[in-house]
Amino acid sequence: MTVLEQPGAYRLAPPPGWRPRTDPAPLLPDAAPFRLLGTGTGPDGGAGADADGRAASGAHAGTADGGALDPELLLRLHRALVRGRRYNQQATALTKQGRLAVYPSSTGQEAAQVAAGLVLEERDWLFPSYRDTLAAVARGLDPVEVLTLLRGDWHGGYDPRATRVAPLCTPLATHLPHAVGLAHAARLAGDDLVALALVGDGGTSEGDFHEALNFAAVWRAPVVFLVQNNGFAISVPLAKQTAAPSLAHKAVGYGMPGRLVDGNDVAAMHSALGDAVAHARAGGGPTLVEAVTYRIDAHTNADDATRYRTDGEVAAWREHDPVALLERELRSRGLLDDAGVAEAARDAEEMAADLRARMNADPELRPADLFADVYAAPTPQLTAQAAQLRAELDAEAAAEAGAEADNRAETRTEGGGR
Amino acid sequence: MSTLDTAAPGGTGAGAAAGRGAAGARKPVAMAQAVNRALRDAMAADPAVHVMGEDVGALGGVFRVTDGLTAEFGEDRCTDTPLAEAGILGTAVGMAMYGLRPVVEMQFDAFAYPSFEQLISHVAKMRNRTRGSLPMPLTLRVPYGGGIGGVEHHSDSSEAYYVATPGLHVVTPATVADAYGLLRAAIASDDPVVVLEPKRLYWAKEQWSPEDPEEVPGIGSAVVRRRGTSATLITYGPSLPVCLAAAEAAREDGWELEVVDLRSLVPFDEETVAASVRRTGRAVVVHEASGFGGPGGEIVARITERCFHFLEAPVLRVTGLDIPYPPPMLERHHLPGVDRVLDAVARLQWESGRTMSGDGGGDGGTEGGGD
Repeated sequence: MTVLEQPGAYRLAPPPGWRPRTDPAPLLPDAAPFRLLGTGTGPDGGAGADADGRAASGAHAGTADGGALDPELLLRLHRALVRGRRYNQQATALTKQGRLAVYPSSTGQEAAQVAAGLVLEERDWLFPSYRDTLAAVARGLDPVEVLTLLRGDWHGGYDPRATRVAPLCTPLATHLPHAVGLAHAARLAGDDLVALALVGDGGTSEGDFHEALNFAAVWRAPVVFLVQNNGFAISVPLAKQTAAPSLAHKAVGYGMPGRLVDGNDVAAMHSALGDAVAHARAGGGPTLVEAVTYRIDAHTNADDATRYRTDGEVAAWREHDPVALLERELRSRGLLDDAGVAEAARDAEEMAADLRARMNADPELRPADLFADVYAAPTPQLTAQAAQLRAELDAEAAAEAGAEADNRAETRTEGGGR
Repeated sequence: MSTLDTAAPGGTGAGAAAGRGAAGARKPVAMAQAVNRALRDAMAADPAVHVMGEDVGALGGVFRVTDGLTAEFGEDRCTDTPLAEAGILGTAVGMAMYGLRPVVEMQFDAFAYPSFEQLISHVAKMRNRTRGSLPMPLTLRVPYGGGIGGVEHHSDSSEAYYVATPGLHVVTPATVADAYGLLRAAIASDDPVVVLEPKRLYWAKEQWSPEDPEEVPGIGSAVVRRRGTSATLITYGPSLPVCLAAAEAAREDGWELEVVDLRSLVPFDEETVAASVRRTGRAVVVHEASGFGGPGGEIVARITERCFHFLEAPVLRVTGLDIPYPPPMLERHHLPGVDRVLDAVARLQWESGRTMSGDGGGDGGTEGGGD
């Protein structure tokens, strides 16, 4: 009775009396991607800067407080970025070795992934898509459990309720309304949690993206939508997805603020997402954050990116690498030296070695689980099918055992004949 | 024959309670009112129950099924959503993830289609893919079926789409008591339940007590609505009154038809159906949905698998035609009516003379013998 009621709500009046519902100006995104790294912004409280190095102005100026470049946070982000880069390499290698069925890499997007994973409080929920395994890992989930879906022994390996990370979502943008509903339910219950939902540039063309943003804005749900605009939906470039000035501009049409952020600037990402999360938690409603980034690798191991983009384009983005951007900043501030870089690399290598070792073990397959949790209790038809599968497996095992016994007998006979 | 009289099946349902006090007095109640009562009682009993949909608030729904709920429980509990079915069901999924029990109203059968991706890819699979971590205690109410003179997109029988999706329960009431009882069971279920409400029965009244609703069998149970020995009519939802009328008419021809109301399409009560067909030796499946790919094919297959040696004739189907739902002035040609049901009964090879009920009822080969 309290959340959805809007006293004095807008009612449409005939033209002379018409008025806009809200002033759109404060909702407009930054003129250029918001950046912090390399802009001289310091702990002493300088504002961020846009792409041309001008101090950020307008609605979001000053929202990035001095804490955005807090040295401790920067070092924590650095550690996570280096691990994230190594994680992507390791998962890609595991795919080549046949240990993963497929891996959609987020190499190049580590800043957005890591910021999303680290910006939330424990009670908050993360809603990742299939390319966002790194965000879940950065949040602290076991990489083996996160990669279970892509290994293929089950559809997911972690407990969403315990971890507050929703299942990795494959049908694009269909998890965004879930984030809205969950955040809405929490608000109805008086719980001050926030849902952060991740989607890509291609996903913004889906109807569920539109519906989720609309519901979130109408309900003022505590949701942050993070669009990682990595330039491509598999092979299709952004120009073929949208004619909007930017994806962040889409927010305005729904009545929520849009933010345009340099997605490879991990400090800017953490700051912008942190602001949006705080805004949502305070009851201000949803925000759309567009991270301008680039998918350095192909869509997955099964994709050939040379068919739709040039090496030159990739090289230009490598010059704007999220790890390098942060290391440059840290070194210039005297916060990182060669020993620190080596230490971060060692830490990442340990994580990769552990991941490699555990992924190289064959998963235990349990066919009987196919029938578990289809329903709270199996239907009579499922019970019958489970019995049939069990009988098939028993027969298979008996046949194998028989064949082995025959082989042994044969070997003995042959041996005896010699 | 399509302007069906939706006369109450009467107190033949199983579990009809006997003596009642004054507070539980029976009175004529329409199915829509019983659905409304079920929602109200469920919301009063459990604060986790939330009703959401288009026009469910101040208007009370286009069929008035949610009448008074917003006034009684507030907008947060009975919510007029933006007009977007995928968004409605998608946000309901998120609410269920947080422990609520959303009851979603789709305004009409054909308007539920935008929500199918959410239903099939998420609602139906969430419990399984998360190994039980995220069950979906969600109810999807869909007014369905024809016979109301609706223009296109207002009369689809969409049950085949739902029953083909593992992970969903699908129920469809045909009586006032079941409309209440099955909906309460659906809302209480920890699994997602699609409740298909036959909209042409919404205003059919039966003697029923809102204060003391009778117990009905749970989800997954079929009920024999009428006992008979000659053949079994297997049906559900809007076709139950048609079959009961056909069974009444068939008596003139000497056929005593048994009528089974499935009530629950998933889980499917094979035991009740098979037991009936084994008793009668003949069966006709009746539904409004198109025959090809419709639920009838599955039902006939299971009868054949389980009752082959008891059958005196092929199991026949009387269904909607394999056409897009017709315009209202032509819909009577599409809908299974009493005549078409009796025509099918007449084709059940009575000339074989072998029937469990002794001598074989109607004369062999009398097509349309019930006219």
